[in-house]
Amino acid sequence: MEHQTMQPDSPVLECVYSRPGTLTETRFHYCPGCGHGVVHRVLMEAVEELGIQGETIGVAPVGCSVFAYNYLDIDMQEAAHGRASAVATAVKRLLPDRYVFSYQGDGDLAAIGTAETIHTVNRGENILMLFINNAIYGMTGGQMAPTTLIGMKTTTSPLGRTVEASGFPLKITEMVATLPGAYYVSRNSVHTPGAVRHLKKAILKSFQYQKEKRGTCFIEVVSNCPSGWKMTPLEANRWMAEHMFPLYPPGEIKVPK
Amino acid sequence: MSDLRLMKGNEALAEAAIRAGCRGYFGYPITPQSEILEYLALEGRSRGMIVLQAESEVASINMVYGGAGVGARVMTSSSSPGISLMQEGISYIAGAELPCLIVNVSRGGPGLGTIQPSQGDYFQAVKGGGHGDYRLLVLAPSSVQEMADFVFDAFDLADKYRSPVMILADGALGQMMERVSFREYDPAAHLVAKPWATTGKPVTRERNIITSLHIEPEKMEQINNRLQEKYRQMALHETRCEEFQTADAEYLIVAYGLAARIAQGAVEMARAQGIRAGLLRPVTLFPYPTDAIRALADRVRGVLVVEMNAGQMIEDVRLALEGRVPVRFYGRTGGIIPSPDEVLGALTKMVNEDVLHIEEVS
Repeated sequence: MEHQTMQPDSPVLECVYSRPGTLTETRFHYCPGCGHGVVHRVLMEAVEELGIQGETIGVAPVGCSVFAYNYLDIDMQEAAHGRASAVATAVKRLLPDRYVFSYQGDGDLAAIGTAETIHTVNRGENILMLFINNAIYGMTGGQMAPTTLIGMKTTTSPLGRTVEASGFPLKITEMVATLPGAYYVSRNSVHTPGAVRHLKKAILKSFQYQKEKRGTCFIEVVSNCPSGWKMTPLEANRWMAEHMFPLYPPGEIKVPK
Repeated sequence: MSDLRLMKGNEALAEAAIRAGCRGYFGYPITPQSEILEYLALEGRSRGMIVLQAESEVASINMVYGGAGVGARVMTSSSSPGISLMQEGISYIAGAELPCLIVNVSRGGPGLGTIQPSQGDYFQAVKGGGHGDYRLLVLAPSSVQEMADFVFDAFDLADKYRSPVMILADGALGQMMERVSFREYDPAAHLVAKPWATTGKPVTRERNIITSLHIEPEKMEQINNRLQEKYRQMALHETRCEEFQTADAEYLIVAYGLAARIAQGAVEMARAQGIRAGLLRPVTLFPYPTDAIRALADRVRGVLVVEMNAGQMIEDVRLALEGRVPVRFYGRTGGIIPSPDEVLGALTKMVNEDVLHIEEVS
């Protein structure tokens, strides 16, 4: 091994990538390769760019992102499982000039919180609902979710999910898109730089629409769960694109006319 | 008084909520309390209140959580089955230490039960209801006037202790009409600062977090200890009861809410027959007037507990008396309201048993 000493005339390195000031110094607890960290970062980059850190209130779910408030440096409320959008509804109604978002996983938003999800969107609440869909209950150890694919093995569908036993994967994003209260509905992912950039645009747009009081903005992020899926991060992203995208294709689902 | 009005209990409660500075009401229709939502949908909205008919009681109570979390005075109301649905949210509210008002205009159960009045939710209201070590401060009105008065008290107490407060009424109190006057009350003079509220984080302070989640055992125990200390303070400062003709009473009736008003009639009838009866009426069901009941233990020969249930509060009376005085129970269930005659009958039976017992001994 050869050690090189720095040349005195080396150029000063420019900082081109750093933690946004809207994230706390706390390290993410998420598993390696998990999408939550990226989504958190993109969300808070948007908050920073819009200069709305002091006006944004978030509602955290129950699930892997239950501790989202440890990372997002804004006022936050921790909701009961499934109820984030109900909590966010009241926050927004009482503080209509604030930016309010809920952040939920698939079990939270599409199973136990289905009623709250549908009715929040149907009322056209002026909030952003962020929905992280990795087709599994990550925090509780990899159980079947409403969005688990047919044939997919989880701890509660050990031989693979069957329609007979568990019905069909729930495409709740398409469902909410049919509701007149939904103003903007978009499905994203965070497995490529391009996908991350698209998500950020979607979030920026959603905050703009919220400012204009247009109705509910609903953003799904199809994500992975390397631990729950028992894959490496790279395998998980490949598997996600190959198997989840056919059922949950990324793209704009409902855009303002 | 110029402000004297004839109102249903439910309407009086709703009007009081507006006057108490309640900014958000979240509820779901259920008999026998739907008038609260109906009244606020018109009166509340027109006077600036956020009134939202939610998709369920589950959503309602979580909206209360969110609204209380931004520091606003908020409330919900429901009746027994709906209050059961809210228990998870109430536990979270207690855990996150959020001030709010929860009204239970209760009806008979279990299950879908009946829409008639009942006091069958005493255990649920007073002993916790949801999961975990928490309490609600519970106020039990016994008139339409108190349906109004206790709303102001409830919001003040909720703010004072950063704790959920329940008004436990019943279908009769909600539905019956009586005259009511509203106290002079300027919400601005009563509102307290809520520096913990999530209103948006200015650069001048750390972020606020509303949560009931504490993974570290030591921290969770600390929170539990704080809650228990709060409940001790409530017991010291907020315990309320009323006594009627207890000064020379030989026989004591303990009853709350509507049952207390009926029992009062029975006491008057008993007195007319020469029985020295008295009434103790708990006004706060938690904290419970244990000391006031205990103070009468040495002076009375028997205690009759009257409830519109199968016998729930009687356990707290027995705990207060610690076996010093015989305790009897009279209750009706199914939504049946006992008459003063029935209560007098039960009282007379107890008196006769006692006299018989004295004769046997001597």
